Amino acid sequence: MGITFRKETFRDDYTFRNSPEHIRRFPFPFNEDAYMYAVNIEPHVVGPKGSVLENLIDVDEHYVAEMQDRALVLAEDPLRCQSLPHMTLAGWDLLELLMEQQALGYPEHFTLERNGDRWRWINRPLGIDDTFTFGDTSTLPYGPMEYITRQSQGDFCILDQRDGNLWMDAGMVTTQADWSLDFDIGMNFFEWHAPVPLAHEKGIFTRALKFLTNIQQGKPARRLNWTMTINPRLDTSPENYHKWGPDRATVTPDNVGQKVHLRVELQSFWRLPRSNGIVFPIRCYLINMDELVTQPKWARRLHRVIRDLPEELATYKGLTRYRPTLVEWLSKLDDGSPTSSGFGPD
Amino acid sequence: MAVKTIISRPIYGTLSPQPGKHHLFIADAEGALAIIDMAGKAPSGFFDGAEIDFIPGPEGKHIAALEALEPAQLHLPPSFASLLPRLRQTLTNAHMGLRIYLAGTEGLIGQAMQVALEAGIDHTSMQTEHRGSLARRMQCVHCKGITENVTTQPALCSHCGLLLLVRDHYSRRLAAFQGVCINAEDRSEIPPMEEAFP
Ligand code: HEM
Repeated sequence: MGITFRKETFRDDYTFRNSPEHIRRFPFPFNEDAYMYAVNIEPHVVGPKGSVLENLIDVDEHYVAEMQDRALVLAEDPLRCQSLPHMTLAGWDLLELLMEQQALGYPEHFTLERNGDRWRWINRPLGIDDTFTFGDTSTLPYGPMEYITRQSQGDFCILDQRDGNLWMDAGMVTTQADWSLDFDIGMNFFEWHAPVPLAHEKGIFTRALKFLTNIQQGKPARRLNWTMTINPRLDTSPENYHKWGPDRATVTPDNVGQKVHLRVELQSFWRLPRSNGIVFPIRCYLINMDELVTQPKWARRLHRVIRDLPEELATYKGLTRYRPTLVEWLSKLDDGSPTSSGFGPD
Repeated sequence: MAVKTIISRPIYGTLSPQPGKHHLFIADAEGALAIIDMAGKAPSGFFDGAEIDFIPGPEGKHIAALEALEPAQLHLPPSFASLLPRLRQTLTNAHMGLRIYLAGTEGLIGQAMQVALEAGIDHTSMQTEHRGSLARRMQCVHCKGITENVTTQPALCSHCGLLLLVRDHYSRRLAAFQGVCINAEDRSEIPPMEEAFP
């Protein structure tokens, strides 16, 4: 039967909403009533039907609208997609991975036909039917990374592995939580994480890097990260911070439910076969407070997490200005009763 | 608005003579003193295979002291921009064993390193020593323009005019610190500009 893709926007009139099924499948990132950074990495294996883990590369009802938003961002700012010269092979690796996974998970929407190096890719939601030669960039309208990530939800960083470190040498980054690919490209794992508070001191990045550099092909891993965004805006880039920053000052007790969104990133890590690089898809999920609190357990838990969040994290995530208003609003939905462990709604 | 220092912020050392025959020094202003101090530790004949590119600054200080080292070449470009074509050429044609030493302001070290990185030289193989002004090269994350010699916090972008927080987050590729709008959430908040990088 396939997915019914919503017609919606992530800017201007902000018509983005989640359907009831998508609210229930939202990847709520808190499995207890408090939050602190940790090395929260686990194998990226298929999860329950109807969850965002039903397929390892998730395509959902927002697919078409997200791809339209990405095209708008790229037209304004082509620097959101960059690839250093040695990264083309890794781009082909990524193209293969995303075509295979999307065709596997959603055969009614995507088809990949391979005849030696001659490949045919059909993307029905976006009306694409292209035949090209795998490995020959001149047969595609864009470089391989840009071509496939214009057709895949989420941001993508491709990391080159050398000298025991990972180097951010390519990426498509249009839906980011306030960091700049153009600034960070060419940096190593510790350098691009430099602005993150507390985690360096806790040794989190040293352990995480060790894990990532040992990732094996065919054994991807994943973790969740989260922040909050005012209005369902995908492009919360530092480049445009002077445009979306003012939204943070518009939160009032009356509009919290519609304006404040929990933004969750399902991040996964995949070894690439030819280049030996790693690809890091950052799949972003948005949910507004009215939608989120339809699950009473999530409302109670989010209240406690935001209320008790360490100041450094709140500042880093940019919550400072509206945190009191949000906590006050959420507190009315928290009767103090215990919440069950685990992420899912009750 | 002091921001505590972070990992991407470069760390500079003290120049020390490296083994080898070919040495390239790039320095500006007080950076000359780092070369002169290092010369005291160098074996005799060290400067026979050395080129010094020194951007003296308006007062023309330290030139005589560098001449006294008798380097194979002493080049005195008036600005980094005027050094650039020659530097690119030198690095492209460089010997495998060329040793690189950068000394002076952060802006000079960063930009010279940027050119060397583009020529395929690894950043960890270069010696650096910071001397003189703490002024920063800053890239505005919004308009991408570079503002040179930033000494205040916050600082005005010389291209788009936004008032920017000068972060410690540093890109070797751009040879610049990142500047991010400091009052994006409420433009009426105008934090005072303080001398932060004298
Ligand atoms: C190779 C894959 C990864 C890439 C490309 C990546 C990239 C990034 C970037 C660009 C940021 C934003 C930094 C800024 O403020 O400018 C970030 C934040 C962060 N990263 Fe990673 N990361 C990766 C893997 C990991 C792993 C494995 C961990 C594990 C524990 C981790 C933990 C964090 C944390 C805790 C933050 C702060 C997030 C927040 O509070 O919102 N990252 N990452």
